[in-house]
Amino acid sequence: MEEISSLMHGFGVALTLFNLGLMFVGIVLGVIIGVLPGLGGANGVAILLPLTFTMPPTSAIIMLSCIYWGALFGGAITSILFNIPGEPWSVATTFDGFPLAQKGRAGAALTAAFTSSFVGALVAVIMITFLSPVIANFALEFGPPEFFAVYLLTFCAFVGMSKGQALKTIASMMVGFGLAAVGIDTVTGQVRLTFGFTSLLQGFDFLIAVIGLFGIGEILLTLEEGLAFKGKSAKLNVKVVLETWRELPRYWLTSLRSSVVGCFMGIVPGGATPASFMSYGVAKRFSKDGERFGTGQVEGVVAPETAAHAAGTSALLPMLTLGVPGSPTAAVLLGGLLIWGLQPGPLLFQEQKEFVWGLIASMYLGNIAGLVVVLTCVPLFAAILRVPFSIIAPIIIVVCAIGAYTVHNNMLDVYMMMVFGAAGYLMRKLNYPLAPLVLALVLGDAAESSFRQAMLISAGDVSVFFSNWLVGGMTGLALLLLFWPTITVLLKRLRGG
Amino acid sequence: MNDEKHERSAASMRAAEVAVAAFLFLLGALAIWDSVRIGYVWAEDGPQAGYFTFYVGLFICISTGIIIFRALADRAMAARVYVTRGALQQVMQMFVPAVVYVVLISLIGIYVASTLFIGYFMRRLGRYPWVTTIGVAVATSVFVFVLFEVWFSVPLPKGPLEAWLGLD
Amino acid sequence: MSSKFSKLLRVSALSLGVLALALAGSPARAWEPTKTVEFIVPAGTGGGADQMARFIQAVVQKHNLMKEPLVVINKSGGAGAEGFLDVQGAKGDPHKLIITLSNLFTTPMATGVPFNWKNLTPVSMMALDEFVLWVNADTPYKTVQEYTDAAKKAGPGKFKMGGTGSKQEDQIVTVALEKATGAKFTYVPFKGGGAVATQLVGKHVDSSVNNPIEAVAQWRAGKLRPICVFDDARLPYKDKVTADMAWGDIPTCKEQGVNMSYVMLRGIFMPGGVPAEAVNYYVDLLAKVRATPEWADFMKTGAFNQTALTGEAYRKWVADAEVLHHELMKEAGFLAK
Repeated sequence: MEEISSLMHGFGVALTLFNLGLMFVGIVLGVIIGVLPGLGGANGVAILLPLTFTMPPTSAIIMLSCIYWGALFGGAITSILFNIPGEPWSVATTFDGFPLAQKGRAGAALTAAFTSSFVGALVAVIMITFLSPVIANFALEFGPPEFFAVYLLTFCAFVGMSKGQALKTIASMMVGFGLAAVGIDTVTGQVRLTFGFTSLLQGFDFLIAVIGLFGIGEILLTLEEGLAFKGKSAKLNVKVVLETWRELPRYWLTSLRSSVVGCFMGIVPGGATPASFMSYGVAKRFSKDGERFGTGQVEGVVAPETAAHAAGTSALLPMLTLGVPGSPTAAVLLGGLLIWGLQPGPLLFQEQKEFVWGLIASMYLGNIAGLVVVLTCVPLFAAILRVPFSIIAPIIIVVCAIGAYTVHNNMLDVYMMMVFGAAGYLMRKLNYPLAPLVLALVLGDAAESSFRQAMLISAGDVSVFFSNWLVGGMTGLALLLLFWPTITVLLKRLRGG
Repeated sequence: MNDEKHERSAASMRAAEVAVAAFLFLLGALAIWDSVRIGYVWAEDGPQAGYFTFYVGLFICISTGIIIFRALADRAMAARVYVTRGALQQVMQMFVPAVVYVVLISLIGIYVASTLFIGYFMRRLGRYPWVTTIGVAVATSVFVFVLFEVWFSVPLPKGPLEAWLGLD
Repeated sequence: MSSKFSKLLRVSALSLGVLALALAGSPARAWEPTKTVEFIVPAGTGGGADQMARFIQAVVQKHNLMKEPLVVINKSGGAGAEGFLDVQGAKGDPHKLIITLSNLFTTPMATGVPFNWKNLTPVSMMALDEFVLWVNADTPYKTVQEYTDAAKKAGPGKFKMGGTGSKQEDQIVTVALEKATGAKFTYVPFKGGGAVATQLVGKHVDSSVNNPIEAVAQWRAGKLRPICVFDDARLPYKDKVTADMAWGDIPTCKEQGVNMSYVMLRGIFMPGGVPAEAVNYYVDLLAKVRATPEWADFMKTGAFNQTALTGEAYRKWVADAEVLHHELMKEAGFLAK
């Protein structure tokens, strides 16, 4: 096994005291960045990138990628505690994580989130270690029609799952698509839905909407019922970690499914955020407890976290071998590689063995270090819920405002956050499901672009979405998932008849 | 009786349903209007820039239109309470200062505004002693300052105080 | 006359500054930043402009060229309009810089955003970014003629050209190429240069006009083939990039009989109405950045055109470029109505 010896060599490179120190610093910084909404992994890495120019490239990438792992871990914390996703990929974690915290099981939710993140990353990193030559070129198969099929698949895996009234689901989703379309159209460069306001040109960032709808909206709803958060009684010792671990093996099938979804979405590269939504949707459909998803199921935390972390990790593969960033953070890391004089591309694995295997080894070590750091802090994080409401609530709003500002360095976003907050409160009370809105806002733009790119390439011929086994298979699967409820009914009838 | 007053309805379910749906309807109509301006048909080389937004707007209008129509027809809904006065008052206790806070950020910078906001909230709703209030409020802002401006060198909005201190 | 005069002034101011520095060796300089300097990037994190800005920041930091910190801020909204409007609105603020790409011209022209570079103060051109016509290495095309003839033979719109963004530099180059050769392409816009190169390797498009740095890895791996470079002269880099070719071995499109050229500005601007001493300070600072060995490496990796201008010469270059862009965009029908 050539890989094993290369990997061992990589461990030798990564396991210096200096590099281990950087790893630890990176994880801690990453967790902080991940906790703060708005200041995402991409910003964090970009900000710290110039600091690393004086280091050897291998040490630099170890530290920066550890910031990335830390941010992946940290994003879940505020999602679970306050319903505020620290990172885009932890939105789906709020669906069950926050109800769990309200039930007083914040510790369990955090442990499940961190552990499944680790599992997802581990699966992805093992895949990178042994299969990278085989799968590196998979992304080349993906043209615009294939990308559209991936987004369609994400959508179909997710819709139909909200129990709310159909009309309100449609309205909510369409509002999401509408908001995603505001600004400059990627394909024609035309300005649309801005009504002459230059400040609307930048469009609506999905994080602003989420911070407002989920975070601020939640605080307003909480206030209605008095000045307190639920779930104060969260257990505050490390035992909760062990208890949760005993529960987790039950969800091995969900973990496996989510890892596959995550790795696939990472290599394509479709991104960690769609991966987390797709995985949640799939888990809800196929789990026997699927009906109870959204009420605080540990399984509903395992699914999106595993997939997000698997996707986030495997996204580094297309970055290294093709120079295509699978996520905004990977894009910044890519810039770093170029500045250090390393050229990502098909030859990197041959020319820069030490660098590549040092990085891969650091993926193993960084994730282990990260897991240890965050797990020991579980009681600490859960204890935040015990801080009196009249102290923590204004601080949360301050953090949200900072987060909204840092997304684009723009005050308008902070105002929009308050508007979204009010909208979240009003809509939630009327049973408008907000998840479809958020998903549409995340994917709307990319889905529309790839659809229209595909149309440009095929000269307006829709059959391009069935033109080969890959795209046809995904489109078919998407349609199958969309009509799954109808199909099951039909099947039952057939069997009955 | 005070309690009774608190339990009284501030808005009926029907009123809220119609108001929110009407607002969304308006958004949908705006989307349709702008889509028509930039072209909403399926041209030879695929859909134009307004094609999707047109249908998005159309779907919003249709679905919210039906919601409005149903709500208006539903008498029982008018009797149901959307929010009680007491609850609304509670919510406004937070929402109004938060709006003021956000406006203040652009005037006096995020650090001073945050200190005032946290301070107001702790004092007014938490009834903490002045020492605790000022301590927590100032400590939070200083921590945020160190974290963002010093460590991450991410500039946040600043105002006259920072200019006077020479910190911007 | 006025240009000569101001040049004279600038030269004398500069030499005075150098003299003062040499004589005293003390901070006798007229102006220095007194607080954090914001370096605006009117594009997203990870793109070419962002990379260069962060590289400049790193060099400044490493060599301790400035006492106050330099902070890079991305304001990418509305194809960069957000960043430009921010700097345009900060009239008289000497603690703000902005790095530009071609969207300095294309964004206001295509969207009608109320912005013009004349409201900014040009500081220094750092380099010019090149455009190269790339095809998949599995295709038989070796010259522009062969490629465009094939495109013409296939019929208008049958060949697909991938590029970054819409109504921006890549599409402008495409339109100019169409005009010069008579071939008609279907332009397919993607989000980033790396994605375009991958789409070309995966044969989802037939050609691209990627910047050198965006496609070099795939070229070295033998997946892509450069046809010609859209500049007046060949690139000056003689080191072998692939087994048998250097950047300098790629012919210009003009050599092959396609009479067009296009380069993209990587330049630094400041808000309008800033004191001349402040401008001189940054001119000097950026000259020091360009003198570092790191910068030379960076230029080589990205195969940049190392033209660097300041003062009136720079202003004139930008003014000419604006006219050129207006013409190109008008012909292509990209101007905002």
